[in-house]
Parts: sequence; C-alpha cells; structure tokens
Amino acid sequence: MTTPTKFVTSRAPAKEVIKDASMVKQKEMMAAHYDRLTSAPETGDKVAATFVPGNLNELIMCFDLLNNLPEVNAIQNGLRRVSGSYVLEAEKIGHSEDVCTYVKSDIGMMAKGNIAPNGRKFPDPDVLLLSYTGCFTFMKWFELLREQYKCETIMLHTPYMGDGKITKNMIEYMVKQLKDEVIPALERVSEVKFDIDRLREYLKKSAKAEDDLVRVLQSAKAKPSPIDAYFGGIYYIGPIFGAFRGTQDAIDYYRFLREEVEDRLAKGQGPVTPDGDMGKEKYRLVVEGPPNYTSFRQFWKMFYDEGAVVVASSYTKVGGVYDFGFRHDPDKPLETLAEYCLGVYTNRNLPMRIDMLVNYVNEYEADGLLINSIKSCNSFSAGQLLMMREVEKRTGKPAAFVESDLVDPRYFSAANIKNRLESYFQMIDQKRAGADAAA
Amino acid sequence: MKTFVGIDLGSTTTKAVLLDEECKVIGHGITNSRSNYATAAHVASQEAHVDGQFTLFRRALTDAHARIELDTFLGALERAFRLEQFLEQLDDLEQTCIGQIRGERFAKVESGVKDSLGEVFRRLRREAPELYAPGAKRKSDFFRDIAGSRYHTHAEEVAREANLPYDLLLNVYDKSIIEVENRPPTGKLSDKFRRALARVLTTEPSIKSAAADIQKMIDGALAVDLEETYLVGTGYGRVTLPFSKEHIRSEILCHGLGAHLMYPQTHTVLDIGGQDTKGIQIDADGIVTNFQMNDRCAAGCGRYLGYIADEMNMGLHELGPMAVKSDKPARINSTCTVFAGAELRDRLSLGEKREDILAGLHRAIILRAISIISRSGGVTNEFTFTGGVAKNEAAVRELRKVIQENYGEVTININPDSIYTGALGAAEFARRAHLGQADGSEQ
Repeated sequence: MTTPTKFVTSRAPAKEVIKDASMVKQKEMMAAHYDRLTSAPETGDKVAATFVPGNLNELIMCFDLLNNLPEVNAIQNGLRRVSGSYVLEAEKIGHSEDVCTYVKSDIGMMAKGNIAPNGRKFPDPDVLLLSYTGCFTFMKWFELLREQYKCETIMLHTPYMGDGKITKNMIEYMVKQLKDEVIPALERVSEVKFDIDRLREYLKKSAKAEDDLVRVLQSAKAKPSPIDAYFGGIYYIGPIFGAFRGTQDAIDYYRFLREEVEDRLAKGQGPVTPDGDMGKEKYRLVVEGPPNYTSFRQFWKMFYDEGAVVVASSYTKVGGVYDFGFRHDPDKPLETLAEYCLGVYTNRNLPMRIDMLVNYVNEYEADGLLINSIKSCNSFSAGQLLMMREVEKRTGKPAAFVESDLVDPRYFSAANIKNRLESYFQMIDQKRAGADAAA
Repeated sequence: MKTFVGIDLGSTTTKAVLLDEECKVIGHGITNSRSNYATAAHVASQEAHVDGQFTLFRRALTDAHARIELDTFLGALERAFRLEQFLEQLDDLEQTCIGQIRGERFAKVESGVKDSLGEVFRRLRREAPELYAPGAKRKSDFFRDIAGSRYHTHAEEVAREANLPYDLLLNVYDKSIIEVENRPPTGKLSDKFRRALARVLTTEPSIKSAAADIQKMIDGALAVDLEETYLVGTGYGRVTLPFSKEHIRSEILCHGLGAHLMYPQTHTVLDIGGQDTKGIQIDADGIVTNFQMNDRCAAGCGRYLGYIADEMNMGLHELGPMAVKSDKPARINSTCTVFAGAELRDRLSLGEKREDILAGLHRAIILRAISIISRSGGVTNEFTFTGGVAKNEAAVRELRKVIQENYGEVTININPDSIYTGALGAAEFARRAHLGQADGSEQ
C-alpha cells in the first residue's frame, strides 16, 4: 500500500492560497468597488441596489448611480464565512429556515450594522431596481428592502421564456417599460437626464468585454482545459455580472484574463487551483446549479484532488448568456437591454436549459453532468431531476446529484458530498472501462 | 490460498467478506464500529478469517466423508472458539482493570479493590461456558455488550459483599473497556482453534471415535495459509483508513456490485444503513448507472430506529417483531431523528398503541426510502434490499407493500447476508484489481 488517503488538510496549518494574476486583479477591482460604495456618503454618489440576472449596469451608469448587488454581498459574506451568523440573525427576526439564504444573509447583515467586506458601512440605497423576475423571491426580497429603506423601487417585468423564444412583443413590452417607467424613475432619483448616446458608449464597451469572456469560457474545449469553468469561472464572471459591465476596467480585465488563459492554453497547462497548478485532468464535467460559498475551497478541492475539472457550467450564465452569440448591441440600445434580460439562464425554460447542458456535454467533450442542488433555492432546484434524466438520455453520459446550499453553512455536509462525488468519478471510470471493453 | 478481502466500514457496524479466487465467499465477519475504524476493520477482517477457517473445516470434513454430524460438530466448535475468544478478552480486560487501580482515590483500598476485581473476573470466567452453551441466547455478540452487562451485575454483588463502594469497580471498568475494545485480540487464531477443538473433544462424546481423524483434518485446514492478496475498503469510515487510493471504493459502487453478485438480474438496489439511505440503479454487469441518497440529515435511516429503540427502552432487534403485530399503523409524517423521541411521546400521550406507532414509524422510513429510489430512476426490474434495516421484518413488510402500490409486481430480493452486500462488492473489486482490472469492470 502506498500513500495514505487520510484527511490531513484540516489539521495542517493554513497554506497560502494560490491565485493567478487575473484573480488578484479581479479581487482588487471588487475591493475598489466596495470602497467607492462605502465612500458614497462622503462623495455624494447615489446608489442603486439591483440583482445579477438581468442587471442593467450600463443604464444605471447613465445616471451616475453606483451599483450595489445584495446577492454579491451575500456571496462575499459566504466566502468570508460570516453568512452563517447573518442567516441566524435573520431567523431570529422571524424568517423561516426554508427562506432563500441569500435573502437571510442580506437581512441579517442589515440587522448587524450592514458592514461591507472592507469593514465600512454600506450606504442606504437610493433606488431599488429589480430588472428580472424569473425568481419570485427577488421580488419579496426587494419588498423587504423597500420596507427597510422606504426608497423608490422599480420593478421591470421580464417575461419568462416559457415557449423557448424571444418574440417581438416581449421586446416591445420591455422597451415600453424602460421608456415609460424605468428611465423616468431613474432620472427622478438621480436628477440626471438620460442620454441614449452615453448608453450606446457603455454598450459598445460591454460587447468588447463579452467577446473576451466568451473566448475564455470556450478555452475549456481544449484538452486539458486551461480553466475551471465553475470554480474558476466564479472569479471570471465577477466583473461582468456585477458593477463593471460597460466599463473600460472590464475591457482591460477580460483582455488580461484572455491573454493569461491563452498563455496557459499554449503551454498545455490545466487550471490554477488554490493549491497551485492542477494535476492531470482525469474527468471533464458540466455542472448545473450554483456552488456552495461557505465551503467553496473545500468543495473545489474535492474536484481537483480527483483530477476533475469543470469545463462548462450553467451558473456562469446567470448574469448573461453570451456563448451562443448574443452581445449587447449599441445600435439597438433599449432593445438589446431587453434581449439581454430575457436571455439570462434563469429566465430560460427547462427545454432550453436542457439543450444548453446537452450542448455543453457534447461540445466540451465532457464525461457527464453534475448537479449541485441548492436546498434553499427552489427557483434553481425545481426541475433539475427532470433535466438530469433528459441530459443523461440524450448524451448517454452519466449524471450525478449533490446537495448543498448557497451561503448557509449548516447545509454543507463534506462527507456526504465527497461520498457522492467519489462515487460519481468511479462510475465514470467504470463506464469508460465498459466502453473500452466493448470497443 | 489467495483470498480477497472487502471491508465495509459502516457508521454502526463494520463488515468484512473474504472471497477466494473463484469469487466464492469463504468468510464473513462483523463487529461494532466503535468510532475506531482501524480497529474495527482489523477485527472484522479477523472475524472473516475465522469464518473462513470454518469454511475450510467444512470443506475438509465433507471431502473426507467424516462420519460425524457435521453441523452439530461445527456448531460446537464455533461455540467453543467463541468461548476461547471471550476468555482471552476477559484476561485482557482484567489486566487492564488492574492497571487502572492507581491514584489517590484508591490509596487506602487498593488491595481490597484488587481482590474484588479478582472475584468478579472469577465469576465471569465461571459462568462463561453457559453463555456459549447450545441454545444460549445472547443479546449481542460483541464483547463489550456481553462482558459489560455481566460485569455490572457481578461487581455490584462483590462490592456489597466486600463492603466497598461499587463506583470504584465501575470506574476501573469504564476506563478499561474502551482500551480493550480498541485493541484487537492478539492471540494466534490457530491456537484458539486448537484449544476449542480440545474442549469439544472432551465435551462431545459422540465424536470421540472420530477424534483422531478430525484432529488431522482440522490441523490440515489450519495449515492452509489464507493469504490476504488484495484488500478493498468501502463505507462511511473508509477515508480514515490508512489505505492508498486504489484500495478504496465508494460504497455506492460496492453495494451495486455486491447486489449484482447476489442477484445477477437485479437492476435496483435500496440500501438503508445506519447513516445513509441509498437508491442505486445498476446495469446488467452490476455497474452503477445512477444513484441518489439522503442529504446530511439522517432522517429515516437505521440510526433513527436506534433512537426509537432507546426511547422505548427496547433492543433494536425487538422493534420489528413488535411493529408487525400492528394491523393499524399510525400515520407518521416526520422521520426526523432529532424529533423521534418527541414524536413517540406525543403519540403515546394520545393513547396510541406502541405497536401501531412502531408500524407507522417503519412505514415512514420506507416511504422516505422509496422517494429516494424514485429520484434515482424508480424500480424497473428485480429489486434488492440491503443494509442493516433489511433484517427488520416490519421494514420489509412495509417495503413490499409500498413497492406493490407504486410499481406493481416486482421480485424483491432480501438476502440473509444482505448486511454484507457492500463488503462483498468491495471484495470482488479487490479480486478484480488483482486480476488487473483496477476499474472493477468485467472484461
């Protein structure tokens, strides 16, 4: 017998986390944004709170508003391991155990002083802009925030893609809302006049960064993949899904990232993990569903320790699906915003999601599909088993199912998840051996 | 001879299976997991070797057409062997207890405690043969359980007679039992077999005439080296073992393969263990095609029944027989282990009968398991039920009903050795790995 497989990492002193240069740059961008946000009371900047799926960052910037994303704050709190206490705080206030833990983390954070990751207080929002309604919890969440802040609240209705297509009517319906309600309300709050040419400029910048993002994500088609499109992907989507889409910063970041990834690709290198360069790529997976943030590194380690790399994921499409051709179009500024909102992953019906996942398994030559089902997110979880069966059927590749939560540490059972993952990897081995034997 | 060992480290019990080169089971072993998986693995494996020796004895005696009643003889030999094993562990326990007599507490009573301990162990040794007499019933086969309950009884009496505080005797026992339990028996197996055989030959007059032949055949069988060629570990505690990766397999794959070996036509496997409930789908080669299991909450698993048994002050094995007496199961919605006691007391206070409540609890467990099975792909063909809970007749009765209600007529397999399914799969993985099929596929 050779190396023991004991878990020794938990007892070993914490090692320095290895990050590639783009991750460091991304972290600096996020920190700068939090500094801008928390300096708002001094600078006089006004703040719009909004959500990731269907966020209208270019439009928000047209009114000199700063973008604050409660979901991203919840994620940061999860990664920094403070969300657990916030969730408990929200439960103390009366929110039940089953409520979305993003919401509870946010509510709990507000109750405990609303402190941002930089240690300074978040500014109160001047306006709440909900531009996506695929998740009905978002609506309730903003109702709770409205109750708290008594500020203007805009709810832009995005029709669900129930029939799997975007119609002219849908676009018109959304553009009308933008013209008649959203823009006038934002003008009122910000006291800045809307300038459509300014919007066009931002959209032009968005499209540039989107091109590079797609190049980065599609680099995972190579073997070995130079990126992990789920765990690493979370870093990559940060700027474009948040407050940076439409900025020169985003263009610079995605160009930098693309060069970094292309360099790895040219050298035939795999992804960078928190423990350094990944070893030999043994399994290529497509992952559906958000990750767990409270044990993010531990969860990731379960993959890279086994040589598993995620080559495509649906979660990295919740803030915009760009890899099937959509780009923000400065020639149709309001229409393109509508089309963007309609097309985000969470607004797609189940057959569209299945098509996407099947496409990923085939195009990225994956060994199968893994679903991380989120305990407190029915919006994501409903239908996942059906999707799994269908993807299995259409690709002939094995699928597996693990369960955790977004930012509630109580729902993360390392032993249980590791057990399922190991079983899945061994299942893939068996399938391969069976296929080899048949060949 | 070459043997292949599969060890399934469950949260409650650890099981081992010994296979020969032809994939025939030659031995089973089981022990309590005692939160010390390394010892549990060692003990279970040793137990499988003991069982393996009996298989070899049976083969040798059968081949030689020994003129004895084989089952009676082997039964007697096994009881005598268990007695020898028990006595050996008693010696260890006594020595360990003596070593614990130290410190201020014992300053003035040291010799008194020593004498009393000696008396307690004398009594334990004296009554030991009765524990292993033909037909004797033991609540458990684990040393801790048997020795523990008898020690307490004797220690109380002896302390009273010696006018010593009972808690002093209890104290040394409590400090010693974990140590002893976590120390695998050290004596050579073949010595114990020989002592056991000598005991049988003196107590079973019917086989005296064949004594010389038997002695020869047993010696021959003991001379066969059961070489441990390859070992595979699986189960809840597998990662804590100092095994390298190629010696570890997921219990899901092991249960799938184990069930396939027991029933080659089976496509669906349900395993309800202490901590997990798993629904597994396998193909015609025993390869897992899909699985689902409970999340971190162990509601409705074997552990749940353990809590219920504790709450009712009953043995785990007594639950099933009581539940099957009910013809009107209570409707129970929650299988939450944390609330198990509350649920029970709630029902009792409403005047519901114990057997009805128990039957309802068993049904609730099965309903939860069936939900996991459905998520894994349902029941399409022969269905195999494995794990500790498959030994519970009330759970089996409910399972048959619920499968019938949901999937119609389906063959349901429950093997008497179902608790060893995971270990069997692991042993077969070991055998295949030795043959160069590290992935475990049949090629």
